[in-house]
Amino acid sequence: MTVDLAIIGAGPAGMAAAALAAELGLDTLVVDEADTPGGQIYRGVEHAPEASALGADYLPGRRLVTQLRESTARYRPGTTVWHIDPGASGGGILSLAAAGYSETVAARQILIATGAIERPVPIPGWTLPGVMTAGAAQLLLKTADLVPEGQAVLAGQGPLLYLTALQLTRAGAPPLAVLETTPAANYHAATARYVGELWRGRRDLGKGLALLFGLVRAGVAVRRGVRRLRVLGRHRVEGVAWEGGEIAVDHLFLHEGVIPNTQISLALQIAHRWDEAQRCWRPAVDEWGRTSLPGIAIAGDGAEIAGAGAAALSGRLAALDAAAALGRIDEEDRDRRARPIRSGLARERAIRPFLDALYRPADSVLSPADAVIACRCEEVSTGQIRRAVQLGASGPNQMKAFLRCGMGPCQGRVCGPIVGAVIAAARGVAIAEIGTFRPRAPYKPITVGTLAGVERDPHQIADNEQDSFA
Amino acid sequence: MFRPRPDSRHATICVEVEGRLVRVPAGASAAAAVLIAGLSSIRETPLPTGQARGLKGHGAERGPYCMMGICFDCLAEIDGVPNRQSCMIAARPGMRIRRQRGARAVAMK
Repeated sequence: MTVDLAIIGAGPAGMAAAALAAELGLDTLVVDEADTPGGQIYRGVEHAPEASALGADYLPGRRLVTQLRESTARYRPGTTVWHIDPGASGGGILSLAAAGYSETVAARQILIATGAIERPVPIPGWTLPGVMTAGAAQLLLKTADLVPEGQAVLAGQGPLLYLTALQLTRAGAPPLAVLETTPAANYHAATARYVGELWRGRRDLGKGLALLFGLVRAGVAVRRGVRRLRVLGRHRVEGVAWEGGEIAVDHLFLHEGVIPNTQISLALQIAHRWDEAQRCWRPAVDEWGRTSLPGIAIAGDGAEIAGAGAAALSGRLAALDAAAALGRIDEEDRDRRARPIRSGLARERAIRPFLDALYRPADSVLSPADAVIACRCEEVSTGQIRRAVQLGASGPNQMKAFLRCGMGPCQGRVCGPIVGAVIAAARGVAIAEIGTFRPRAPYKPITVGTLAGVERDPHQIADNEQDSFA
Repeated sequence: MFRPRPDSRHATICVEVEGRLVRVPAGASAAAAVLIAGLSSIRETPLPTGQARGLKGHGAERGPYCMMGICFDCLAEIDGVPNRQSCMIAARPGMRIRRQRGARAVAMK
């Protein structure tokens, strides 16, 4: 099968891009790992009740889902892209796995819209059962109407932390406390440097303040300036402690912001750069989302963390550029259609410099203490990584050979940001110079059985092979 | 453990988690079913570190962490197939979810 445009991911960027590309006459394929469209931000939105505890910014996701469903784009849920072979003249060949079989699709243009992941929050005890991310708590509410039973505490910083706390409160399960790790100096630095951004981003700033007031009104304790977080417990979380206090908890939800999901873009060896403002690696893209590989673009939070509104707009820009590249519209038409999208994008991005400065993660989040596990899969401690640096492991990819960190089932998704930062700090070199893991195909573990099922009729194969790996 | 919020939609799907029957709402993943069942962990890592903590012959205990397919700490045996990412698989009526103990064995059929 050959398509004009293959889009990976059905979040806001992928859905918006698919609807516009299909409208412009492109034969469009959308593949997504989840069973329903929406991405993590609009997960489960099709079936959400009107009076949702998730709030006013969630339900508008339905419009994007409807646009995707009603478009002529082919939408393939439950499908994993496990390899891309870039083509010399643009686009490439995608290897897909679904329901226990594998197949390839050729695409003239490819758009990677795989969004963001939560930044790892390596603190002592973060691998204990009962410690989850704030995003995980929110996804349980979105998909299954579930709230934590017993005492819950949220710890860390960033808009999602407060949003999740307020959503849990509205859903009848107010957390015991929110422990905010933002250093006091960040408040001064952010407001002093970005006064203009605050005004331009006043809509989003208003939303943020409303979140905080909502929590205070509901009686949720918000403790500021929390340092040296650690998890208490032997077989599961029993409490959380910090400098000067501790609380017994049944659930701890951690969050230190989100970072681009670069698994596929790094594996493709697309050019990346270290973004010091957001303290993360991101692919280098131009104003259309084009990367260093021809006919492969990236839109949404996978290119730059800017939120769902910006993601949808950047998806549309990428769709316009794909249509122009394939000759469906001329460049003048593309630029004319892009103009209002770009003004919208500027509005969506206005608050970002302020948020990046305010919620800049502390050095201890990037490079934690020796006893903290850095690689959850292979249980490699930060101290082991520092010792391996002394023995001559100079970069993340050598560290794999020394300690197997990044070689477990998550393939370095979680420890990648930590390993690079720890090596950089140990060597006294900038993270930008150290680099990060180079992930390899398969992008997600697949079984030999799934591989052997190439080009077999999917209906002949029992679906119990789906998503498993050896 | 997790519970349905007070005015939530009905839990209509019955699944089995480590031999225990639990009802979950449509849209829930297998990992969500594990959390409803109140299991503190669903897998033991394939590494011997758990032995140091008094867990004989097993790795460290882990439960769902990210719920979005990133961390692989929710690996479970689902309907007899080991090492499945339970947060990425929708709960279906009659589904059997079991602990993933260490690495999967090589299937000899």
